[in-house]
Amino acid sequence: MTSTGRATGRTGDTEGLLRELAPQVLGTLVRRYGDFADCEDAVQEALIAAAAEWPSGSLPDNPRGWLIRVASRRLANLYRGDVARRRREELAASWSLSLAEPTQERDDTLILMLMCCHPSLTPAAAIPLTLRAVGGLTTREIAAAFLVAEPTMAQRISRAKATIKASAEPFALPPPDQLPDRLRSVLHVLYLLFNEGYTTSSGPDLARSDLSGEAIRLARIMRASVPDDREVTGLLALMLLTEARRPARTGPDGDLIPLAEQDRALWDAAPITEGVALISGVLGSGHAGEYQLQAAIAAIHDQAPSHAATDWPQILAIYDLLETMTANPMVALNRAVATAMVNGPEAGLALIDGLDARLGDHHRLHSVRAHLLEQAGDIGAAAAEFSAAAARTNNLRERHYLATQAARLATESRTATQP
Amino acid sequence: MRFMLLQNYGPVESDCPPMTEWSPADIKAHIDFQIALNAELAQRGELVDAQGLAGPELAKFVVSDGIGAPVVTDGPFPEAKELLAGYRLVDVETTERAIEIAARASASPGPGGVAIRQPIEVRQVLSAPDPEL
Repeated sequence: MTSTGRATGRTGDTEGLLRELAPQVLGTLVRRYGDFADCEDAVQEALIAAAAEWPSGSLPDNPRGWLIRVASRRLANLYRGDVARRRREELAASWSLSLAEPTQERDDTLILMLMCCHPSLTPAAAIPLTLRAVGGLTTREIAAAFLVAEPTMAQRISRAKATIKASAEPFALPPPDQLPDRLRSVLHVLYLLFNEGYTTSSGPDLARSDLSGEAIRLARIMRASVPDDREVTGLLALMLLTEARRPARTGPDGDLIPLAEQDRALWDAAPITEGVALISGVLGSGHAGEYQLQAAIAAIHDQAPSHAATDWPQILAIYDLLETMTANPMVALNRAVATAMVNGPEAGLALIDGLDARLGDHHRLHSVRAHLLEQAGDIGAAAAEFSAAAARTNNLRERHYLATQAARLATESRTATQP
Repeated sequence: MRFMLLQNYGPVESDCPPMTEWSPADIKAHIDFQIALNAELAQRGELVDAQGLAGPELAKFVVSDGIGAPVVTDGPFPEAKELLAGYRLVDVETTERAIEIAARASASPGPGGVAIRQPIEVRQVLSAPDPEL
């Protein structure tokens, strides 16, 4: 579970093979039998059966064929218990259909990904469905990662499938003019999945950090499906460049360590090298989207020898560009941080003052203001802002970090005023 | 037997200041204590769930008659001290054990390592009738 291979989205062994085969088998079944929701249930059962049977002995000669056979049998059983006699007959009639061509498999995985991240689904519904149907994870694993009971997660997934069924979309690639928008939906879901694992709030940290590894693996699959889409490459690079910093992001007791204070020697070199190569390969070949720009910023951080010796003017220039593309107030907030690094904390604070209306009482606004006030030497105000941020965060580790910062500054200002 | 051990934002009996006015080392000791207590309860098979809640600043009260739009009230609340700050759900053999755990939680360390004497509300969770009755 903790291997670096897993963290960067590369899996080996039986479990890895099952995950890799899951979308291919599902694609084949849907092409044969039509019903995505039922086929997905059958494939899930086949994967669980394989996980139970394969590790004890050797792999079957044709693992993919084994899974298709077992999943088809489960589907037949499903319909046998059903009154839908007609469906059973259709199923029997279609047994003789040939296996999917390998070139079709790549398309199948992409179609499944687009389907699971259908715009009619909320991310909370799309994420677990994608993890199961494309990622080949079991309901139990997904439930554990999201800290909910297994029946709750099973229900969430079947409701998501019902929504897709209601949309009556054929199992095919969308028309070319719709593809870019649909791809954006997939990237958004993968981005949120990655963050879910990266900003672990509580509970079994290991299970949740695996979500980031899974997001990276799915982004790799996406990139293989649409190699020409530069935003897919940008997102994969962004994930790798962010994940690389994970070992330095928390202390031995799980306490949060911000970028400025991280021990850069702990950063993982391999994903940095890969992420930098990926983003360098796509930048400069035309209009860069948001994920490419975010990845470019992450690449600058990851290659900088220290926080102070970072190329902040370059980062600020990229944030300037990003802000013209998105209304996301977090981008504006990060731009204020970069401004402070280039032009001093007062310049950053002036920008933040204009963000109150857009960000409201968000804890990030308070914490950034606290950092900048501290840099500007206003220790009392900084302590108050750290306290305000601590009271407003919904992340336990962040709350500990922010409360500790407030306490540190309060102690400092008391010492300073003592005769 | 399941018990909810609840703590709210009310004053603690030691009259210690809010956590943001402690020294960083005292905050760390307090957090380490909570983590260690949860780990110990998990180890003994007694911990069902333990959660801290986001602060009163993020709390909302919702009232609805089931017909019209619900009335949602945002903070700040004058009665914020009565709001729940966090809970532990434990599954134990006896009421005495629940009280023992509550006592441990109440004596969590504050400034200078002195117990903060946080009041812990101990409430038994209703369960299915005893099959032998």
